[in-house]
Amino acid sequence: MMADLDTIALGGEVLEDQQLSLDQLCDFCAVERWQVIEWVEEGVLETQLSAGREPRFSGTVLRRARVAVRLQRDFGVNAPGVALVLDLLERVQALERAQPRQL
Amino acid sequence: MEFKDYYAIMDVPRDATAEQIKQAYRKLARKYHPDVSKEPDAEARFKDVGEAYEVLRDPQKRAAYDQLGKGPPPGQEFRPPPDWGSGFEFRGAGDGGGAGDASEFFESLFGRAGFGGGGGFGGGGRARPRRDRGEDHHARFVVDLEASLEGATRAVTLRVPEYDADGRPALHERTLNVKIPKGIQAGQHIRLAGQGEGLPGGGKPGDLLLEVAFAPHAIYRPDGRDLLLDLPVTPTEAALGATVKTPTPAGPVELRIPAGSKAGAKLRLRGRGLPSQPPGDLYATLQIALPPADSDAARKAYEALAAVPFNPRSSLGV
Repeated sequence: MMADLDTIALGGEVLEDQQLSLDQLCDFCAVERWQVIEWVEEGVLETQLSAGREPRFSGTVLRRARVAVRLQRDFGVNAPGVALVLDLLERVQALERAQPRQL
Repeated sequence: MEFKDYYAIMDVPRDATAEQIKQAYRKLARKYHPDVSKEPDAEARFKDVGEAYEVLRDPQKRAAYDQLGKGPPPGQEFRPPPDWGSGFEFRGAGDGGGAGDASEFFESLFGRAGFGGGGGFGGGGRARPRRDRGEDHHARFVVDLEASLEGATRAVTLRVPEYDADGRPALHERTLNVKIPKGIQAGQHIRLAGQGEGLPGGGKPGDLLLEVAFAPHAIYRPDGRDLLLDLPVTPTEAALGATVKTPTPAGPVELRIPAGSKAGAKLRLRGRGLPSQPPGDLYATLQIALPPADSDAARKAYEALAAVPFNPRSSLGV
């Protein structure tokens, strides 16, 4: 079986290219719906929430959501804290990218 | 197997209080958490720290672990004593933890079920059990930038727990060849349907989600779909303007440097970034490289330039 796998190249789909439903996002992060709603309300994730409509998420929120899961689990950070950490991490990463290399 | 000195990993004395252990864990977790750490071996260190904390924070596990002493002399294999763990109640504790989180050493002492999920990148207990199909697996997938530039097939090796005939878990390495879609960006996820965990009853397996990361590249730094590049130019090229050769993923192009360019100026090459939809741009940040004054000719040229009135410190008021 291993030998077969070695020769076959698996093609997958890029999740960021699609819109995700609330249930899909919950599945990919292994969390309950209320958790995702809280993240949206506290600014961890962005989406349009409108009454009576199932929210749709741009695939790009998946990475933030996955990091949020780990920050909550490993540090016990609450949702506003997770939003703050994520925003600061993004700023740090942007600064690091902009940093020129030494000549 | 290798003996793990959990006190050394946590950098606490063997008589540390529960409070000291918790503080040490919090500090090390912040240092090595793979989402925030820049340490090269952060992921492995974080796993070790999580495992050490799992044992040392639990009075039962800690007492049992302490019975082992400081482990065998260096270079010698560790084997748990035959009567080890008798009289302690820890098997079956915890919520099962994440796939492949605990080391062989830990599992030989406490079993897989002993891991309560105190840490470990990519694992973690599931808040919401799903009965209709197997669990999704997550893994980081580090690929070279060229794989995204050209579209390519790359191998990913996963460590997945499998149960033997006696129901004992063991970690198996599983290698998959995965097609990298052209233009994929760091942080994006490739979903491989049905490549996650199977169900014992033969139900539908879960999916495998691979989070793409790029290995450092010698020339380009990816930023979403854009690529950043430091482009060294001479002072003459920057001051007088020039057309210089610059690398792009599709091959070198001639880039016009405007006269009077300053260090740090960014020049955009539209559509020369990652081939995403739409394609990203390539940004060249100018760096002024000084010619070394290591010859008479170079020294004379610098001296000639010094004749031009110019005070770079005028903004400092001196």
